Amino acid sequence: MADPSGKLKEVRLTTPVRHEDLRKLELGDVVYLDGLIYTGRESVYKRVLQDGMAPPVDLKALTNVNFHCSPAASRNPDGSFNVGAVTATASFRFSKWLPKWFEVSGAKVIVGKGGMSEQDYRDVFVPAGAVYLTTVGYGTGALLGRGIKKVRDAHWIDDLGIAQAMWVFEVEKFGPLLVESDLDGNSLFERNNKVINQGLARVYEGLKAPSLARFGETDDRRDELIG
Amino acid sequence: MPHAAMIAAERIEEAAHTVMSKAGIEIPDDYLHGIQAMANTESGDLSAFVLRAMLENWEAAKADRRPMCADTGVPRYYIKIGNEARIEGGPIEMERRIRRATARATQDVPLRPNRVHPLSRQDNNNNVGINAPEIEYSFEPDADWIDVTTVHKGGLFGTDYRMLFPADGIDGIKRFFLDTLVAFGKRGLACQPAIVGIGLGGSKDTSMVLGKQAACLRVVGDRNPDPEIAALEEELKILGNSIGMGAMGFVGSSMVVDCHIEVGYTHTGGMPMSVHCFCLSSRRATARLHPDGRIEYRTDPEWFTPYLRRDTVEWQTPAESLKKSG
Repeated sequence: MADPSGKLKEVRLTTPVRHEDLRKLELGDVVYLDGLIYTGRESVYKRVLQDGMAPPVDLKALTNVNFHCSPAASRNPDGSFNVGAVTATASFRFSKWLPKWFEVSGAKVIVGKGGMSEQDYRDVFVPAGAVYLTTVGYGTGALLGRGIKKVRDAHWIDDLGIAQAMWVFEVEKFGPLLVESDLDGNSLFERNNKVINQGLARVYEGLKAPSLARFGETDDRRDELIG
Repeated sequence: MPHAAMIAAERIEEAAHTVMSKAGIEIPDDYLHGIQAMANTESGDLSAFVLRAMLENWEAAKADRRPMCADTGVPRYYIKIGNEARIEGGPIEMERRIRRATARATQDVPLRPNRVHPLSRQDNNNNVGINAPEIEYSFEPDADWIDVTTVHKGGLFGTDYRMLFPADGIDGIKRFFLDTLVAFGKRGLACQPAIVGIGLGGSKDTSMVLGKQAACLRVVGDRNPDPEIAALEEELKILGNSIGMGAMGFVGSSMVVDCHIEVGYTHTGGMPMSVHCFCLSSRRATARLHPDGRIEYRTDPEWFTPYLRRDTVEWQTPAESLKKSG
């Protein structure tokens, strides 16, 4: 978290990330990663967890950081890749896959956009000994792109396409990322929501409700729409 | 005005390709200055950190010539055609060139090939497909040029539509504006602070189109020429920044860089409204192609001209009025 001057604490983590390093993380710390990370989102999860295909590489031996991302990338005529920018995609959509994914992959760090619910952290992340780091912005695509030193692999790119392939990146000072959940399952977003929610009644004060209501899952503006 | 020379199809493809790269890489100055001003006044430490990181990111994008954000949105075009402009090969050739430019820019910039078939999820890997990229048209009197504008807006969050009624009044507008910002502002799904565009009136689809154009085709600091609408723009901007929420949904005050409202005459019983958030990578770029071959690039699309906002049956161009009086 921030010191009294408002400056946030900075941390460098090397992959595979160790449990003792994760233990030291506090909500709102700024993290930079060094080492290896891989991308995995709906198509990868579906293949491995629903269709029963083996991951294209031994993930447990490779690294323990899963990035919810698709890069802005293209393939050069010689088969190499040109990765311009990388940013994350909203993670809450992948909630249902994560319990099994932690088992299969051994992931300890999820990097993404927007975090998951505190319920997910308590029920799924804490037992797996995992934390969530959120990208910043969104999104700092050029800064994150600078942090990618090499594309080691782009698994399944021919059938899943550039956006859904499993990319393996060698990274250096990859960030900035913010600690959104800690090993105890606390959420930085939800902590902020609680403060903001206290002021919402004042913002809406005096505004009468529209004459035609809508069906909806919630009219309580303190609620979140994810999950 | 005598018929101008042809605007070459090849030049259209060149301009359409160049604006794709400019939009993806270079943050427009108006938006940059708006965020700089917000970074100076933001008191939330996390929200301020996010704004500083974005400022650094735009520097990195320009220096490295790499896209500022990897989700390069769903590229689309807005074409304004001068009444006197003549296009080599006609509109069919122009659309062919625009589709070619889109495919080439996807490879060259590179842009993320975001466009897929909605059911099969087929990805042509070039951002071209059925109804993609969208091309919207408008026209301009007394002009022999064409303007080619591209916008790469993200596609998932920060937009909503609602049918309101005259009795709902300004309260209804404010509530729906707040609802959209609060709903999508949490966790920063709207990628705020954003240029918020509002479409009021028209048919349902018109209200969506106008709101999107208001967000994507007007610059920070611009005001609607109707004083009543301009005052509402100011009021909503202040309201959005008083929610208590900032960048990424952290505690703060940076939600709305600016608010733009566009209106269309609507059904006498209704007041349809749409809200659109143009994200922290407000990607837009415009090229003006002249018949003598010149291409001028800029970041203000100048889409909403007096002609586009006209409310009369006839539009008399200065040339026509000269002809009649002469």
